[in-house]
Amino acid sequence: MFGKLSWDAVPFHEPIVMVTIAMIALGGLALFAGITYFKKWTYLWTEWLTSVDHKKIGVMYVIVAMVMLLRGFADAIMMRTQLAMATEGSPGYLPPEHYDQIFTAHGVIMIIFMAMPFFTGLMNLALPLQIGARDVAYPFLNSLSFWLLVSGVVLINLSLGVGEFAKTGWVAYPPLSGLQYSPGVGVDYYIWALQLSGLGTTLTGVNFLATVLKMRAPGMKLMDMPIFTWTCTWANVLIVASFPILAATMALLSLDRYLDFHIFTNELGGNPMMYVNLFWAWGHPEVYILILPAFGIFSEVISTFSGKRLFGHHSMIYASGAISVLGFMVWLHHFFTMGSGASVNAFFGLATMLISIPTGVKLFNWLFTIYHGRLRITSQVLWTLGFMVTFAIGGMTGVLLAIPGADFVLHNSLFVIAHFHNVIIGGAVFGYIAGFSFYFPKAFGFKLHEGWGKAAFWFWISGFFVAFMPLYALGFMGMTRRLNATTNPEWVPYLYVAMFGAVMIAVGIACQLIQLYVSVRDRKQNMCESGDPWNAHTLEWSTSSPPPFYNFAVLPKANSIDPFTEAKEDGTAYQKPAHYEPIHMPNNTATGVVMGALLTVFGFAMIWHIWWLAIVSLVGTIGYFVVHAARDDQGYMVPVDVIERIEAEQHARLVAEKKIPANRVETSLEQA
Amino acid sequence: MSNLVTNAGHAHVDDHGHDDHHHDSGPMTVFGFWLYLMTDCILFASIFAVYAVLVNNVAGGPSGHDIFELPYVLGETALLLFSSITYGFAMLAFYRGNKKGVLSWLALTFLFGLGFIGMEINEFHLLISEGYGPSRSGFLSAFFTLVGTHGLHVSAGLIWMAVMMYQVNKHGLTNTNKTRLSCLSLFWHFLDVVWICVFTVVYLMGTL
Repeated sequence: MFGKLSWDAVPFHEPIVMVTIAMIALGGLALFAGITYFKKWTYLWTEWLTSVDHKKIGVMYVIVAMVMLLRGFADAIMMRTQLAMATEGSPGYLPPEHYDQIFTAHGVIMIIFMAMPFFTGLMNLALPLQIGARDVAYPFLNSLSFWLLVSGVVLINLSLGVGEFAKTGWVAYPPLSGLQYSPGVGVDYYIWALQLSGLGTTLTGVNFLATVLKMRAPGMKLMDMPIFTWTCTWANVLIVASFPILAATMALLSLDRYLDFHIFTNELGGNPMMYVNLFWAWGHPEVYILILPAFGIFSEVISTFSGKRLFGHHSMIYASGAISVLGFMVWLHHFFTMGSGASVNAFFGLATMLISIPTGVKLFNWLFTIYHGRLRITSQVLWTLGFMVTFAIGGMTGVLLAIPGADFVLHNSLFVIAHFHNVIIGGAVFGYIAGFSFYFPKAFGFKLHEGWGKAAFWFWISGFFVAFMPLYALGFMGMTRRLNATTNPEWVPYLYVAMFGAVMIAVGIACQLIQLYVSVRDRKQNMCESGDPWNAHTLEWSTSSPPPFYNFAVLPKANSIDPFTEAKEDGTAYQKPAHYEPIHMPNNTATGVVMGALLTVFGFAMIWHIWWLAIVSLVGTIGYFVVHAARDDQGYMVPVDVIERIEAEQHARLVAEKKIPANRVETSLEQA
Repeated sequence: MSNLVTNAGHAHVDDHGHDDHHHDSGPMTVFGFWLYLMTDCILFASIFAVYAVLVNNVAGGPSGHDIFELPYVLGETALLLFSSITYGFAMLAFYRGNKKGVLSWLALTFLFGLGFIGMEINEFHLLISEGYGPSRSGFLSAFFTLVGTHGLHVSAGLIWMAVMMYQVNKHGLTNTNKTRLSCLSLFWHFLDVVWICVFTVVYLMGTL
């Protein structure tokens, strides 16, 4: 009836897990009670959960990402504490089978459920506004993508209290992840969490590619698209090209585990190394999916706060493209030690080193943007400058690892750990945090507190160096990754320092939480609802903050890379048209939520081998979608008087802030 | 088929104003479906690569030469290729506004597709009952995966087609149905192309 599921699946005997679950349950209960007490369920359901508005979906993505950042960081600090304690014969406080789940969960959560939704959320929020569109190409699909991600999040967090998570490392290589060595449900949680959220990501990629190709503002050429939109577009190209490989790989691993296939097994003609190749054929493009949008954010931040046009806008686009293409030709550098021979290794080593060239182009473009500008040192700029320094170091250790001979020494050592944290934290995460505070006013109409933001930056960056520089040294000293206890006394001081660094990062995260609290509390002092708090260049700042649900009352025109700056300079910004026309908008729908929920049940049933439930939920999902499609909802028209009312409010704000004179002669954009 | 897409592409008018972006969303949907098909194409490419790696790993079991029956597979192939032609006739009937024609051609396409799936299930059944199931060797695992993935896609297409026949019957030749039949058309012909690759790489190269 319930497959492999029974009460034994709940780890009652593990106090650490049970306390965590109790805390999560209490927190969830408090949240539930709070929403009920303030009677916010209807609001939440109609305005957010069922919304197909890209801005709201973006906000929800970022919320999920930040919650998962806390979860992933909790894993991180547990690992660092364990490694600082478990030296010279002491077992520490985490038993191996628990520790193994933690490092696996940390990797999966930080990549798939923190970084991916963070980038997707920022892209959702900003990209359609940047190209002057009213929404994405397929608003319902966007909602479905989000709820598929949530399905994955729910499954991976369920594994904490029901059963176990994979003990394989985040890459889940067979034969370790095969049925013989991982007979439990851990790897199945891994497979279905990745499969569901990966499907969502693929749909997001399709959606946003169609959006930039079909929905740009009149006059906006492809090469004129803002740089963040461009880097996201390259990331989306990588998504549609690489995530199907992940889907195939996970499906093949499932066949091995569920139906006794021999694709990745050791015996009867399976080939485990093929999994490793397939995994990284997805996995390497994946890291560029994470970093390219961050590059875009840094570019926006630097050009905005330098008060200058971005230096080398076109070369930035070509460099991103070069990185994307090369990113597909380097996957083998993750396993030079496989034994492909000198020629193959040399090819992949050289291809890897080549990537540093377009990346260098970008770095110089940012420097030249700052050159002769008047850089305002805001928190976003601090993150960007910190990134430029940190990422340069991480890039250099990457080139070092790209030398196959050096890699044979450093493979699977802490040097590798230090390298990829150096580029992912110093690159992607810094970028997302910069983007978070850069776009926060756009989403909510008030700015974040600068002091706490800067404090967060200094703790993060110094914590990062204190935590990860020792790992470079430990790598050279021979310490391998995924150890849960060590015996070499020479490593101990470095492990202590690394743990201290993790604590500093924890303080940085605390500063961010305080920053959020303080900013919300004092929001009246930091209002910027008229929409352009940074004196920025691109179209997303030309509308109010938060933007009206239709984004633009009249679709803007764009003839250059900085259309808003040009409009402000020649006095055509904020022009009120002679008349408005009704706007067509999509209706909200619960289909995304329902399908996400049903697929979560499906995933859970597959994990626990509850076949009847799997069939029921899958048929239910398809049936619900067919019914949704049969409704054929064509959306609705926003009447002119509603638009006029909303635009009048915005007009009054602009007049009050003296962005436009009260008595300016109104001209028509139509005639322009 | 390509006519269809081109027509759809022309129907998308960029300069017909600013406020009705969503009104005729058909061409946009077809375009997005194209993009989705490309992701599906990469999924198949991955599985083809896996098949190519494992094809010789017979682990003492049979190779393709021992188990494939080309005439039988040729029959399957013929069914699928004819179903593409009949689908094309269904779309032509749609453009002529002939609802009955659409429904009959779709029904015929559905039967051809169903026949293909039936023959494939029969082939799988025979192999498994002879002890040559996917658990026998890496080669057979890859064979069942590749051919089975294609079969699952065709089955999904059949479900979709059944839903579309119901929709056309109920709502007639609406714009929405045109868009959806165009997407299904792309899907169906795409599966045909994939099958030609399967036929070549798996069956022809396996037996010749």
